[in-house]
Amino acid sequence: MGFAWGPGDILVYETLYKASGASGSGCSFIHEIRKDEDIYSPILRKLFNESHHIFVGLQTIREELPSKSKKPQFVSISKNYRSVIRACMEELHFGSFFKFLFYSLVSILLAIELIWNLCEVLFIDAAPAGSLLLHLLDWVRLHKADVDERAREVLQSESPAEHHDYWDVPGGTQTLTEFDVKWRHWHEEVDRCMQDNSFASNRHLEVICKILLGDEDTLLDHKELLGTWYHFLVTRLLFCHPTVKPTELHYYAQSCMTMFLDSRSVSEPLDNILLAAFEFDIHQVIKECSIALNNWWFVAHLTDLLDHCKLLQSHNLHFGSNLREFLLLEYASGLFTHHSLWQLAVDYFDHCPEFGRVYLELQIERVPLETERKALKVLRICEQRQMSEQVRSICKIMAMRALRNNRLGSALSWSIRAKDAAFATLISERFLQDYCAKGTFSDLDLIDNLGPAMLLSDRLTFLGKYREFHKLYGEKRFREAAKLLLSLMTAKIAPQSFWMTLLTDALPLLEQKEVIFTADQTYELMFCLEELTSSLNITASSTDRPMQEEDVEVTKVELLRLALARNLAQAIVKEGTVET
Amino acid sequence: MFVARSIAADHKDLIHDVSYDFHGRRMATCSSDQSVKVWDKSENGEWHCTASWKTHSGSVWRVTWAHPEFGQVLASCSFDRTAAVWEEIVGESNDKQRGLSHWIKRTTLVDSRTSVTDVKFAPKHMGLMLTTCSADGVVRIYEAPDVMNLSQWSLQHEISCKLSCSCISWNPSSSRAHPPMFAVGSDDSNVTYGGKVQIYEYNENTRKYGKAETLMTVTDAVHDIAFAPNLGRSFHVLAIATKDVRIFKLVPMRKESTSTGPTKFEVQIVAQFDNHNSQVWRVSWNITSTLLASSGDDGCVRLWKANYMDNWKCTGILKGDGSPLTGSSGQPSAMSTVLGSSVQSSQNALNGMSQKGQLE
Repeated sequence: MGFAWGPGDILVYETLYKASGASGSGCSFIHEIRKDEDIYSPILRKLFNESHHIFVGLQTIREELPSKSKKPQFVSISKNYRSVIRACMEELHFGSFFKFLFYSLVSILLAIELIWNLCEVLFIDAAPAGSLLLHLLDWVRLHKADVDERAREVLQSESPAEHHDYWDVPGGTQTLTEFDVKWRHWHEEVDRCMQDNSFASNRHLEVICKILLGDEDTLLDHKELLGTWYHFLVTRLLFCHPTVKPTELHYYAQSCMTMFLDSRSVSEPLDNILLAAFEFDIHQVIKECSIALNNWWFVAHLTDLLDHCKLLQSHNLHFGSNLREFLLLEYASGLFTHHSLWQLAVDYFDHCPEFGRVYLELQIERVPLETERKALKVLRICEQRQMSEQVRSICKIMAMRALRNNRLGSALSWSIRAKDAAFATLISERFLQDYCAKGTFSDLDLIDNLGPAMLLSDRLTFLGKYREFHKLYGEKRFREAAKLLLSLMTAKIAPQSFWMTLLTDALPLLEQKEVIFTADQTYELMFCLEELTSSLNITASSTDRPMQEEDVEVTKVELLRLALARNLAQAIVKEGTVET
Repeated sequence: MFVARSIAADHKDLIHDVSYDFHGRRMATCSSDQSVKVWDKSENGEWHCTASWKTHSGSVWRVTWAHPEFGQVLASCSFDRTAAVWEEIVGESNDKQRGLSHWIKRTTLVDSRTSVTDVKFAPKHMGLMLTTCSADGVVRIYEAPDVMNLSQWSLQHEISCKLSCSCISWNPSSSRAHPPMFAVGSDDSNVTYGGKVQIYEYNENTRKYGKAETLMTVTDAVHDIAFAPNLGRSFHVLAIATKDVRIFKLVPMRKESTSTGPTKFEVQIVAQFDNHNSQVWRVSWNITSTLLASSGDDGCVRLWKANYMDNWKCTGILKGDGSPLTGSSGQPSAMSTVLGSSVQSSQNALNGMSQKGQLE
């Protein structure tokens, strides 16, 4: 079985290859496999576009600001990313007609947002003890959208009085210790109430009281209301250890997870990721996410943000690159396979200092150049980054394509852009051959407006100047035309093979009533003619050209000699005459 | 993760090679039915056969595209001891409307006395150069000095490798620090001696290719060989398809200024995978050399990737019809039970465990 690896992650392979010597099958199959189907989903495309915008903004945050003042910026960027995820979820959930199909995608986005939010709380915002719990509460609340609202109310609204005091938490007016003292006092109060059976009459109230005390068993009884172990964790922290410190989190996380999941033996990937987060093991979080998710979007953007917060110690790869760059390169390379998203990828490569450039060089030259417009777009990107080899290559490809389709003007302009002198010469030759054959030029606009590009190749210069000659002639500026024509030969701009044509072009000028060529110029023309005929004679003797062709040539030369002689005579007379 | 599509190739016999053009929009296939077919990919992603013609008088082993800078050019090699160069000519307008194009033979290279087993173009910075290798162990390098005239090719180098050759790969690096280099694999089945992979390097002084290295540890028949894209590294990476998949690293050792011989290399084996558990027939790198694919007699294509710590692992397995092999190592696990609720998914996009196959 064999295969071919195409650019853009497309893999094609043939079946019924050598080995088994398949029974002469008449019709073998080729299978085309494409990876990363997800980037074709229009909703995800929006995610990629908007996150690209945030990413670029993040890269341009000035380095010299102290980390302290940058923290709120980073938190805000993190929130931006999350709102983009939420927006996608909303659209998928409510907007999409086929939301059933996208259900799994929604659940994955939910998981991503959940993890990101937790990372924001723990790593980026780095909430200290006290406000940590508040943030965690917000976090859990935000992600319990699918929990029965009523159940939540029951759980939390029955004892407004007790709660009222509770929410007056470390904010401005009290320190953590003050709060802690107050809280313990309250806790003891509730406990005393429990002990002396104040609520014995009301079973319901008793349960609530137990919950307020953080009684594990009671909480676990209401497992289905909590839904997840991390909700259990936060609830338990709320009622037992509201002043929990970040460093203590992992103890509670581990034990809560064990208690909650005792019926299930295996933990889900998501659980492991969250646990790693509670343990503040950023690398583990990233590693687990990379394994669990196929698309690199999440890990690439999150790692990039964490790197900007200076939270990642860089491991040195054998290329000398680091984790952030590795993930961004993976993500961006994946984008490159898409017919329009590849343009987003360019910015990501730009911000990968080690390998971004070479990755971009390799991938951008593979972008199919279906239209001139697309080719120009690709070129602009390459030119902005001084990728001269890629520029040259793309222009050459376009020039070649134009030449094959006989679009000489297009081929010429591409080869000028490629600064490809050899090719420009070749195309100029073609133009000239065309002129000799048809008597007219194609693509006049292009040739007329060559400007300094004319100097790219001698032949091209000649083409431009020759066209100029025709223009002058057309505008009846005969003297200037004549001068130009002569200079083309004397300055050796014109290839000798073309001299005959030029001299023939001179004939009408020689035949004019008015004398155009001066005597000196006429002498020079004669000289050119002699030079041409003598060299032709040398070659003519060695090649056998058909008699007819020779005759024509001889006649031409005779005509020219006559015209030149007549012109010379008239010129001498004219120049010798004194105007009275 | 994968979406598969089947294309009815319509060859009347076994297909031996499939080759993408540089941009991935065209494809060429060659077969034992002695013909080559060229396919074009349309806007909507479907492949249409735009040319099909008899190329040789024997099985066609390999077909390869030249860089688009040289136009639309193909080379093929065959059991009939010849290699041929083909160019697409722009056809009549009604042909274009019908989506057909014509390919004409520009030259036939008849120097080989035995079956020509591989044909490859050299990297474009070297000009338009074609390399062939034959069953009698001779590697030939041809050059077309005038890229506009594809009928003129001159034989620049003829190198005898002593062992029957099956595959060639050029080092794509255009760095000035790296002289032109290619690797040749031999399918000689005598395992008593090693050296089934030889590396040749161009010597500026002698103006010839000299043998720079022989991989003695490769003792089994080699079916395919591929240099990885260079990425500006100082060392080279080479993948080999033999009884298993092997990845070698060739580190050039510092040359003394007076040394005029070929570069000495330190050869390290980076990875060796026998997961195919059978002969491996093809290996191929993606553009950025981050992913290697291999196919074997077990009817599977395996994908190999290095993580950021440079440890190579299998990241995917595809069966003959394009479906992924489930329950295999290295397949990413689903995040589908994330909320503890069962998820019905017919298209698990971000995770891509399912695949949809469409028959054309």
